[in-house]
This record gives sequence, C-alpha cells and structure tokens, in this order.
Amino acid sequence: MSTSIPTSIQTIGISRVMLAVLKREIALGLRQKGEVLTPLIFFMVVASLFPLGVGAESNLLLRMAPGVLWVSALLAAMLSLQRMFATDHADGSLEQMVLSSTPLGLLVLAKALAHFLLSGLPLVLVAPVLGLQFGLDGRALGILMVSLLLGTPTLSLVGSIGAALTLGVRGAGVLLSLLILPLYIPVLIFGAGAVEADAAGLGIGGHLSLLAALLVLSLFFSPLATAAALRISLE
Amino acid sequence: MKSTPSLSFSKLGCVKGGRQLFKGVDCHLDAGQWLYVTGANGVGKTSLLRMVCGLASVEEGHILWNGTPIQKQFDAYHQDLCYLGHLNALQESMTVDENLRFTSALGGLAPNALQRREVLSRFGLRGRNAQLVRHLSQGQKRRVALSRLALSPARLWVLDEPYVAMDEAGVQMLADLIAEHLAQGGLTVLTSHQRVPIGHVPPQLLELQAA
Repeated sequence: MSTSIPTSIQTIGISRVMLAVLKREIALGLRQKGEVLTPLIFFMVVASLFPLGVGAESNLLLRMAPGVLWVSALLAAMLSLQRMFATDHADGSLEQMVLSSTPLGLLVLAKALAHFLLSGLPLVLVAPVLGLQFGLDGRALGILMVSLLLGTPTLSLVGSIGAALTLGVRGAGVLLSLLILPLYIPVLIFGAGAVEADAAGLGIGGHLSLLAALLVLSLFFSPLATAAALRISLE
Repeated sequence: MKSTPSLSFSKLGCVKGGRQLFKGVDCHLDAGQWLYVTGANGVGKTSLLRMVCGLASVEEGHILWNGTPIQKQFDAYHQDLCYLGHLNALQESMTVDENLRFTSALGGLAPNALQRREVLSRFGLRGRNAQLVRHLSQGQKRRVALSRLALSPARLWVLDEPYVAMDEAGVQMLADLIAEHLAQGGLTVLTSHQRVPIGHVPPQLLELQAA
C-alpha cells in the first residue's frame, strides 16, 4: 500500500450537508455574476418601462405600481430558474445528489434557498427604489418590501418544481414559464393586494398571513415534488 | 465492522424504449469480489449499473443488498455506495479542492485539508488543489473524480468505464485502488472495454447478451 488514506475521516450530519450545498450555490452564483445581475437588471428595466409607456400621470402610476412591480419581480425570478438544476444535470453532480445518503428533498430545499438569496433577495432590496419612480410613499414601500420578502421565497420553491420537470427538455425556458406562471398567481394576488389594501385603508394582516401560509405550504410540499421530478428526469 | 456485505441480482431484466435489452441475469457477489460486466455497445451495461445504483428503477427481477431489495433501504444503501458514471460530477468553475470537498460532503464526509491534499497527490495532482477544474485535462478531471472514490468509506463501488481518458499510470493507480478496496472487504461492479487485472483477484464475469 502506498500512501494509504487515513480511515478517520470526519462524518457530518444532514444540516452540514445542506449548508455545504447552500455555500456551494452561493459561491457559484457570486462567481458567475451575470446570473445574479441579469434578473436584477431585467426587473429594473421592465418596471421602468411602464412609466414611459403609460405616461406620467401620477394617479394612474400610483394605482398601477404594486401590480407592475410584482409582475416584474415574478418575471425576473423566472429568468434564473432554468439554470437551477441544468449545470448539475450536465456535469453529473445531480446524480451524486440523488445518490447522497441525505434525502434529496433537503438538498433541493438548500438549492431553493440559495436561489432565493441570489435572485429573490436582490429584488426585494431594489424594489423601494423602483417604487419611488411610481410615487409610492414610505409606508407603501415598506409594505411592498415585506410582501416581496414573504413572496419571493415561494417563487423560488414553486419554481424549483418547474425547473426539475423541464430538465433536459428542449425549449425548456418557454415550457417552464407556461408551467409555473399559473402557479404564481396566488402569490401575485396577495402580494400586490397587500399594498393596494393598505392604500384603500383596509388592513394588510390577511394578505400577509396568506402569503406566509403559501410560503409554509411550499416549504413543505415543493421539495418533495421537486425531488420526485428530478428522479424521473434522471431515469 | 458491520456484517459482511453481499450484492446479488435475481432474474434481472431491463426494458428501454420498448426494447428488451437483457433478461434473466443472475449473479452473486461477496465481500472482496468484483464483477466485470462486459458486452457489446448498447447491450445495457450502463443501464444495469444505473439500476444497481438505484438511479433507474428495477422493473424486472430484484437487486439485493445484504439480502434485502435495494428499493426498500435506499438511504442505508446509498451510504454504502459510491458511483462513478460517465460524468465526473465536477463543477468547472470551482477549484479541484472545492469540488472534492463538495462531493465528499454529499456523501456525509468532511475530509480535512491534509487528507484532501494527500489523496490528490496520490492521484498525481499535487499542487493542483487551487486550480479551476476547467483548466484540467480530461484525464486529470477523471483523477479528481477518482479521489472522491479513495476518500469514500462506501463498501460497494459502481464504476462505469472508469479507465476512459486515463493514461497508463492512471489506469494502474485505479487498479491498485480497487485492489486495496477489495482487500478491505469491499465490493466493486465495473464495466470497461479495457481488460485491466485488479491485483490477483479474478473477476466474476457477467457477459450481457441481447435478449
């Protein structure tokens, strides 16, 4: 035996495996800056096109703002979904994830969390700047941010199901949008609705609670669905 | 030491795209033995290996690990399994060391820096730790993938064409690594078009034939 490998290699628990996945995804995202910046710039451009298109009538812009910002955020979050599993599928890492003794659903959860941190969270942070263009006041901007903060993780989680289902399919981008956008409707309704409800003098508690409920539901179910879809697409 | 492991197939068959690739494959492998799967192109060698891993579902017959069908014990089984497929599972824009750390973590292992350096230098990659994988040659990438194997405590190794793209020295290193693994009571299932002797252990031959 030449230089034999020491047998006392430290083993790690499930949470550290998930952390390893999260750290890797974030390191990769930061290394390929285009992937992080593209959705963000797309969000800013699309949201800025509306005032140019519909004119500078401030009342109209103010009423449209929550909906426009939320739809733009939805589309921007879609942009990076396709790549969620594509490179791992191409280089074989996905096979190793399926064969890991850590449940695939938990690895997927870590990947979805990384997707939120890289493409959802930047949208949340930029949204107030864009909101100012539409003349939203401080209170409305705050509510917009809270609703996006509760809603965008759901977008990443639900989107991961679509990304897994369309893995290895030609023209996956369009198919992915057709599959996933309808599923985003509840998030859009309650997200944009929260800002509008407050402007109309109604409470926002109901909207935000429903957004949080959607988040909890998707936290539980979407990793299971995504893991099942990944197993099918690898067969 | 856990109980001595064994792997067996009974009446295993595979249908792909409506075509029967092979059927009625029986085989039994004990600790310290290796199975050499041969056969013409397209006869289903890779399909067989993916079934052994649990990546493809077993439709006909059974694959038993320690006497229990693998699909009934996936989590425990996968802890005992290390698979090296056609793809190296390396992320091109990460360094050699980062890749090794990540693939080990997926197997629930955290080798320290010294252990990682040692295993890389064993495979002739001394001083390459911080290099991006995309700057390595095909053979070197294969060697990084093999380092993962050397770090793994898994008792069953499933290797699909492991010698591809490797030079003579690399092939010998891998054969030595497998021989060590077998000597320690491991099992190996291997396909290759190159007949490489593994230590002094004769293989169990499984020649797949079209049904």
